[in-house]
Amino acid sequence: MFKIIEKSYFSPKVARIVVEAPEIARARKPGHFVIVICEPRGERIPLTIADADPARDTITLVVQAVGASTEKICGMEAGDSFADVAGPLGKATHIVKHDTGAVVCCGGGVGTAPLLPIIKAMKAAGNKVISVLAARTKDLIILEDEVRRHSDEVIIMTDDGSAGNKGLVTEGVETVLRREPVAEVVAIGPAVMMKFVALLTKKYDVPTVASLNTIMVDGTGMCGACRVTVGGKMRFVCVDGPEFDAHQVDFDEMIMRLHAYD
Amino acid sequence: MTDKDKFTELCSRDASWRAELRNSKTAKERTAIPRAVMPQLPAAYRVTTLTEEVNQGLSADQAVLEASRCLDCPKPTCMEGCPVGIDIPAFVKNIRRGRPDLAAEVLRMTSALPAVCGRVCPQERQCESRCIYLKMKKEPVAIGYLERFAADSERALRKQGLRAAPTPPPSNGIRVAVAGSGPAGLSFAGEMAGRGYSVDVFEALHEIGGVLKYGIPEFRLPNEIVDAELDNLRALGVTFHPDTIIGKSLSYDDLADKGFKGLFVASGAGLPRFMGVPGENLSGIMSSNEYLTRINLMGAGRPGYATPVARGRRVAVIGGGNTAMDSVRTALRMGAERAMIVYRRGESEMPARIEEIHHAKEEGVEFMTLSNPVEYLGDEKGRVRAMRLQRMELGEPDASGRRSPVAIPGAVDEIEVDEVIVSVGVSPNPLIPNAIDGLEVSSRGTIAVNEMLQSSIPTIFAGGDIVRGGATVILAMGDGRKAAAMMDKYLSEEG
Repeated sequence: MFKIIEKSYFSPKVARIVVEAPEIARARKPGHFVIVICEPRGERIPLTIADADPARDTITLVVQAVGASTEKICGMEAGDSFADVAGPLGKATHIVKHDTGAVVCCGGGVGTAPLLPIIKAMKAAGNKVISVLAARTKDLIILEDEVRRHSDEVIIMTDDGSAGNKGLVTEGVETVLRREPVAEVVAIGPAVMMKFVALLTKKYDVPTVASLNTIMVDGTGMCGACRVTVGGKMRFVCVDGPEFDAHQVDFDEMIMRLHAYD
Repeated sequence: MTDKDKFTELCSRDASWRAELRNSKTAKERTAIPRAVMPQLPAAYRVTTLTEEVNQGLSADQAVLEASRCLDCPKPTCMEGCPVGIDIPAFVKNIRRGRPDLAAEVLRMTSALPAVCGRVCPQERQCESRCIYLKMKKEPVAIGYLERFAADSERALRKQGLRAAPTPPPSNGIRVAVAGSGPAGLSFAGEMAGRGYSVDVFEALHEIGGVLKYGIPEFRLPNEIVDAELDNLRALGVTFHPDTIIGKSLSYDDLADKGFKGLFVASGAGLPRFMGVPGENLSGIMSSNEYLTRINLMGAGRPGYATPVARGRRVAVIGGGNTAMDSVRTALRMGAERAMIVYRRGESEMPARIEEIHHAKEEGVEFMTLSNPVEYLGDEKGRVRAMRLQRMELGEPDASGRRSPVAIPGAVDEIEVDEVIVSVGVSPNPLIPNAIDGLEVSSRGTIAVNEMLQSSIPTIFAGGDIVRGGATVILAMGDGRKAAAMMDKYLSEEG
């Protein structure tokens, strides 16, 4: 059993959960994810790791209640335990020091949570990091202070203008692309957001990485539910990803497949 | 009685009880007995249940009679057909003398999972294919049914407390680790525990048992059978760790730090293969691994289980192996009105066990042989609605002597489907090959091993599908046994 040590909310639908998982806490790197089963007979749910503290044997997950299982996970409290947590899975983010320009990190909604360790690592590697956080409305912008602490600049975009600038994530990214050299863009968020970031950065010919959040069952390279088309080839998000060259990803197919069990 | 005397009493053809049995009937009398018919649930009933086993097992009378058919050949060719070399006449004759418990002991000398193998081995291509009866144009002795009978009898005795669970031998204090808890890993664990090693088995999934749990459905291999074998291993001192991915949760160096002296990699078949035809990524098209895992491991479709699964009304399963048969028969049990096997060769070329093909037909599965999907068509929501099937005919024999299928020009049919399960094989699981530096991997992604099943890193051995690419339970088990003997030898010599 994997005990929940802390539980708090970013918003009514978005919870931050710190859970004991000693081996994962030690082994995880930015970009990795875990599979969580909240209770016996539950679903295996892939969740990207937002943070880890090897000294406390814990990892931090940020979970948005979007379906029956994530709602159940968000309803659990400190002292409760998950039935299973397995990981860290996937390939870690490729962190490099770029000499040709800034790194733009875009987080859409809860995508900011798994983005934060990448922001930290990119900054620690010596990059100029510009973070663009986007959400529908102010309440859904999460982890802004932590992101600010590790970014050279933060641009907030909301659909309704309740925080930062009114507009879409792409508008925030484009401001930067027009203004200064950008060596790499990292995008984590809803598939449709990553799709439009990719379309934009392709126009500017800036290498872009997207972290894909497909349906998975085992998450260990066995079921093939997470297959995506990247550069015309079949790839598996759980073992080949979750991060891919966003310009090569067939987002329309991926979005269609996300609705397989609707 | 010494171990040697005990062995002679159990297994020797010259043991007095066995000679007596041999002389009690003439060969003519034996060969006049018809082969036992496996009692099975009626087809109309069994398509309503995912968990009830189709084959019900021989009765004790049936088993003893069947065992008396065996001629107890001086040179038993059946044994040559067994990948692990089970002493078949010895276990069969122990059944004949009314001691299935001793028959199980004979089985356990070479096989860690007899109750499993008795159910899932392709006997018609192994032991039974070499039975002397075939030379007489008669049906072979039902070795598989008898193996199952012996193992099931042993389990029943243990359940009633009439047979004690195995006890661990004196410990040699050496720790070894196993990655994967499928047939190769379990068989290795049992062997090493029996040799006094302290064995820890690490499993990536939340359940122990590998393909025996996530892959093979309960109507063919009940979980209870697998769990009983796991209990035996626990009694021998084996420790299981679910949710632990070697190469990810724990690196090879972590294992070494924890004092493990050897690692057996039995991580199995991984990535499902697809055919690469247009439309294959439409919703409703999935691998057999995904379909079976959802239903068998995750309990999808059963009350109280959270994992979703589509319930196709018209389901096509692409492939002709055991996994394809398991998938198509599962689809029937999930309520499909039409369940089809689509296979590009003819029925006689199908790799599935003959019994599974028979069972599938009895249950109403349609067989579309000499047919190959060339395209899938979707609706406006991206859900599969039809497949286009290229009809094939058998052409000239190829280099292997098999007549390979060739497309009949213009013969393409469109068939309505709302679920397609692709069961055309798997590639080795890439997690461990990717995670351990210096581990040599073949061009196919399998772990490269020498004839001792030792990898390029001397303390790492490997077996089963991660080495073979895609084989059977019995071959994986055989690898586990062999790797145990080899690692034991290596560690004894090095240590």
